[in-house]
Amino acid sequence: MREFLLGNEAIARGAWEAGVKFVSGYPGTPSTEIIETLAMRFPETNPRWSANEKVAFEEGMGAAIGGLRVMVTMKHVGLNVAADAFMVFPYSGTNGGFVVISADDPGMHSSQNEQDNRYLARVGKVPVLEPSDAQECHDFMIAGLELSEQFKSPVMLRTTTRLAHHKGLVEVGERRDVEQKEFIADAKRFSVPIYRLLRRPEVEKTLTALTDYAETCSFNRVEHTKNSIGVVTSGIAYQYVKEVMPEAGVLRLGMTFPLPAKLLREFCSQYQTVYVIEEGEAFIEEYIRNLGITNLKGKELFGVIGEYSPGRLRKALGLGDPPKPFTEQVNLIPRPPMLCVGCGHRTVFAALKQLKVTVSGDIGCYTMGALPPYEAEHTTFSMGSSIGVSVGLEQAGHKDTVAIIGDSTFIHAGIPPLIDAVYNKSHLTLVILDNSATGMTGSQQNPASGKNVLGEDAPKLDLEAFCRATGVGSVEVVDTWQRKEIVSTLRRAIAFQGPSVVIARGPCQQLPEIKRRKVIPFIVEEELCTQCDACFKVWCPAITRTAQNFPVIAANECTSCTVCAQVCPTDAIKLAEVMA
Amino acid sequence: MSATISLMFAGVGGQGSLLIAELTSLAAVSAGYDTKQTEVHGVSQRGGSVETHVRFGDKVHSPIVTPGEAHAVIGLEKLEALRFAHYVNVKDGTIVVNDYELIPGSVANAEKIYPHETIDFLKSKGLRVIALPASRIARELGDGRMANVVLLGTLSTLLPIPQEIWDKTLKLRIPARFLQGNLKAFQAGREMMN
Repeated sequence: MREFLLGNEAIARGAWEAGVKFVSGYPGTPSTEIIETLAMRFPETNPRWSANEKVAFEEGMGAAIGGLRVMVTMKHVGLNVAADAFMVFPYSGTNGGFVVISADDPGMHSSQNEQDNRYLARVGKVPVLEPSDAQECHDFMIAGLELSEQFKSPVMLRTTTRLAHHKGLVEVGERRDVEQKEFIADAKRFSVPIYRLLRRPEVEKTLTALTDYAETCSFNRVEHTKNSIGVVTSGIAYQYVKEVMPEAGVLRLGMTFPLPAKLLREFCSQYQTVYVIEEGEAFIEEYIRNLGITNLKGKELFGVIGEYSPGRLRKALGLGDPPKPFTEQVNLIPRPPMLCVGCGHRTVFAALKQLKVTVSGDIGCYTMGALPPYEAEHTTFSMGSSIGVSVGLEQAGHKDTVAIIGDSTFIHAGIPPLIDAVYNKSHLTLVILDNSATGMTGSQQNPASGKNVLGEDAPKLDLEAFCRATGVGSVEVVDTWQRKEIVSTLRRAIAFQGPSVVIARGPCQQLPEIKRRKVIPFIVEEELCTQCDACFKVWCPAITRTAQNFPVIAANECTSCTVCAQVCPTDAIKLAEVMA
Repeated sequence: MSATISLMFAGVGGQGSLLIAELTSLAAVSAGYDTKQTEVHGVSQRGGSVETHVRFGDKVHSPIVTPGEAHAVIGLEKLEALRFAHYVNVKDGTIVVNDYELIPGSVANAEKIYPHETIDFLKSKGLRVIALPASRIARELGDGRMANVVLLGTLSTLLPIPQEIWDKTLKLRIPARFLQGNLKAFQAGREMMN
């Protein structure tokens, strides 16, 4: 049977078919749909959202040495968080099959950096599989678990945005029951540090065996032609090569670490010129060059930055320059993403802007606070960094800094820095934007939302009690849609001598239960409106102008958050029900 | 062997461009074509530009459409049609555009600088443009949100997929309570080409 599946859905389907019995991960574009699909369609794989990727990896590692088949999912930067465990796992090796998904994001569609995680795999000595379409996302997931069990090694399945987020036809199968492997508690295998010296040669032995395997494995495929041009490629770039250079001979590497030296030498010797075409860094290319092969062309033509496409290849190969947008002839006004109608972050940014403080931001929808019209966020680096950066700025003399972080990001990586800020007697002012969701990736559940990935009730973290327990002297909770209250609460928190936390609370407008609820919209009574434009300055996308220059609120978009009504000096904005 | 058909759907988050791209893909699959689709995910869902690429044929490699090769660019809004107009194949491609404006909210003076003359501009470039008031047609049929399906009806007349497959696909994919309205919207879009 064939299904039309997203790359991520195909990975989920493959994991289910392969008899996976534990799945953990943290939401992150472009990996999120894998666990969402499992929760929706294949709950018997026992999926969960973990507090962060390190926790997810360690839970997966435990389940795998405990004998289950396991998948762990994360975006590229998530693997940095999990790297501590990732680097040491090969020393013990696994018991049940273990595949970690690393979803890289060339082009930074929804990320803070570009990062080619094949390098991390090389440092950790973990084999890497790279599928080239949705079918292979499914097939490599299954084969990856078998490979993992064959070599007792964790395996990385590396996807990129276009692979994870494209749909194609996938031949699917049924779920297999895989017997749980026996776990023998063995300190010599699973414990650090003395015994690790004994394990160190085992890591090299496994890598050597994997390198031999790479020479003949079916992940790598040669498609010879009589052409003088050959191409070595991997991942989604293979599809662009088939499109743009249909005559060329191709070596498609489905396993990109360890790489097959003999196979590469042999392939490259059969063509006059060999192009190496891979999205991301020159990972394969550097390896081939180090073999002493010189008839190569690669990154000097195609570049390392951003996503590849057929058009980009064509241009790099001198086969023609695709047409460009009509930017020079007409005004193609940008349409950047916005905070949703009714989003509770908006009022916090308005308050921060009014207070003219420096804002140390974090990772979430609220990174949009750096953009116009808010321009109330001045630094953003990595998950949880808002707090540490704010503490550091304070040490550099910038005492008017406020750190902001979402509930999910706080749980993910904000807890140790908060404890540190208290311990080191910082003056930290922290705003937790608590919308009970991991918003930016699609409002997933987290430990502060009271629900788990299956939508079942789950223990809800008491954020204010938690912050008090760290020793924060002032913890205040404020309704995120109360403008004046937010400003006065923030003022008190900033003036407080010692670390302080303000929790701005209100649910994410994308949560299903919020979207489903019945809303009485606000409307503008034009007779009372003086066209002072105060309501436009709350930057709500649901408020536009009539031909007579009056504000008008889109009834089907209004969430009844009340913010526009709060700012109207003549009380012209009223609940539709009151008007009638 | 028939050549691959490439389509670019452009709209604003919330307009339903992804839905009609998906319906087109499913119809193509149902008609027996190899099919691929890709869209930009993530924060772009929040009221930003949304682009969805669909390609189908005997054997499809790239899911990405290259500028200059699209058999049709389907714009659910004028500015977005213009933003992606360069994807159309100037020789035999068509731009199907909803004669409808959504002024970007986050840009200063957007109403003044909005390219209101988009349709005339595209025609002046020698491009084949089918402009239709899809939002108005959909409103007259009871729900303005069905503008996407009106456009899909018009697009369907340009594609090698028989009507019964379109009908079957709509019935499979659209929830029962919205189906009758959407079938009417689809038909209204098809009739624009008569």
